Amino acid sequence: MTDNERIKSLVQHAKQIRKRCLTMAFNCGGSAHLGGGLSLVEAMTVLYGDVMNTSNRTLPYEQMDKFILSKGHGVLGFYAALAEFGIVDPQLLMDTFMQNGSDFIAHPVMKPEFGLESSSGSLGQGISMAVGLALAAKKKGYPYQTYVLCGNGESNEGSVWEACMSAVNYGLDNFTMFLDNNHMQSDGHSPEVLNISDKYTGMLKALGFKVIEIDGNDMRQVYDAFHTPHENGKPKAIVGNTIKGKGVNFMENNNEWHHNRLTKDRYDEAMQQLEDKA
Amino acid sequence: MIQITKRDAKLWSRLGARATYGQAILEMARQRDDFYVMSADLCQSSGLFKFREEFPDRFINSGIAEQNLIGVAAGLAKDGTNIFASSFAPFVTMRACEQVRMNMGYMQLNIKTVGLGSGLIMAQLGNSHYGVEDGSVMRVIPGLTVVNPADGVEIMKTVEAFCDYPHPAYLRLTGGPGLPMVHEGDIDFQIGKAIKIREGKDIAIIACGTMVYNAKKAAEILAGKGFEASVIDMHTIKPIDKEAVDAEMSKQLLVTVEEATIVGGLGSALAEYIAPKKQKPAQLMLGIKDTFPHAGTYQYLLEQCRLTGEQIAEDIEAALET
Repeated sequence: MTDNERIKSLVQHAKQIRKRCLTMAFNCGGSAHLGGGLSLVEAMTVLYGDVMNTSNRTLPYEQMDKFILSKGHGVLGFYAALAEFGIVDPQLLMDTFMQNGSDFIAHPVMKPEFGLESSSGSLGQGISMAVGLALAAKKKGYPYQTYVLCGNGESNEGSVWEACMSAVNYGLDNFTMFLDNNHMQSDGHSPEVLNISDKYTGMLKALGFKVIEIDGNDMRQVYDAFHTPHENGKPKAIVGNTIKGKGVNFMENNNEWHHNRLTKDRYDEAMQQLEDKA
Repeated sequence: MIQITKRDAKLWSRLGARATYGQAILEMARQRDDFYVMSADLCQSSGLFKFREEFPDRFINSGIAEQNLIGVAAGLAKDGTNIFASSFAPFVTMRACEQVRMNMGYMQLNIKTVGLGSGLIMAQLGNSHYGVEDGSVMRVIPGLTVVNPADGVEIMKTVEAFCDYPHPAYLRLTGGPGLPMVHEGDIDFQIGKAIKIREGKDIAIIACGTMVYNAKKAAEILAGKGFEASVIDMHTIKPIDKEAVDAEMSKQLLVTVEEATIVGGLGSALAEYIAPKKQKPAQLMLGIKDTFPHAGTYQYLLEQCRLTGEQIAEDIEAALET
């Protein structure tokens, strides 16, 4: 398959993932983090559908690539990708998301057999674990790659920067951070909350990351960025400028959909919009 | 197994808690290669200098970044590897508290955090550096084991036991150079199993860390006044040894002594356990009385908190009279 064909196929997967996000959110009957779950869909699609080897569940620990969702509230796009690429049973996910006793709640709970490498939900922590995973691979000669997805709101946490400093310090060229920079957060537009969301590329470069800044909802750019090799001894960061609520016009850049409940009408409307897209 | 002689016990007492921890890590590293050791820019203060020299690949510095210390330890521990991570007690337990809660509590990853200079030993450095609440804070996190060894021998035994203990735990190090010697040689040490230091029919003094020695001293003073006190070294404050407590339930008075706040630590652990029992002795909780003591020498602080052997005996005697 050529790169073009791969990308075309990934676009179709992303569409399915978004639909699954909406269906999960609607089925659960309560509020879900839709905005931040939809902005990261292209990153999840490229990682699980192309870059990582995680669909082969027989790989031993030291070979299987690691992914940590540091912005734990991004579960919709994350779980939907796990289902889309055969890591979890889509029906189980649809039936149990946010239900009592479920393995799939609003923030990931560690369960490696379901591809959930880490419990998260407390912001600014997953990235440190990812640094530890990448460092362990360096120390022990494990071939896996480590990927972590952080949010721009999450990056208000000082601990994100402790982790970034150490990723550079340990020379982790087996570590890739995707910053889902949707320029929004719980209280609204990031520039009105803590105005640093246009500074991440400079900050990460200054620390010593190899940084690639892209449109994080453009499948080709996301694909190319993940396929760009590391520089020797340097961690890699992809600053993906994304749109919160991407794919559904009434959710895009609208913070009412940071965490909200989908009515039947809204759900049908949103599904139709996704269907109508090429 | 580390062979412990009286000479070792004396040496570790002289070195103090921190240096003994470093020595224990070095000894274990020479015997096995299945753990890593981390520090938050306190290699020197953790007595880990020799370890780092001999095993540079097994030592990882996080810099002064305790949250990241625990987070990185979690990543390293994901494949089951045992990670020792140390910093001063308040920093590793409270600055990084939520990292401990998520990674060691919620995810049960195999990390051993080590709180250096806990209790009041940081003396003139002030309360910013004391370990007053660290043991309590760690104890309330579900699934965490908390050990506060009584002396150098127990520090060595705890580190050795932790190497074969695939669960998250907090090692609370109280006492400095000139650490009192409770044990003069090898002991049978198990996590969660208290050690009976002395038998006595009237009172039971249950203590941890440096206070085991002072409890013993208090028991000797009380014996001179006609009160026989047993002394129980409850080095593991979570989970506490219920059997050891049950054996003391016929005493007139149960006393807990800890170089820590009386809120949430050993005293609370005992109270939580015995509260539902219909027949139980009164409990006297000795420790730091929900306050930040005024800084001064270690001895000055112990006296201020009424934690010397003499003061413990006085307070027990007063409690018996009321």
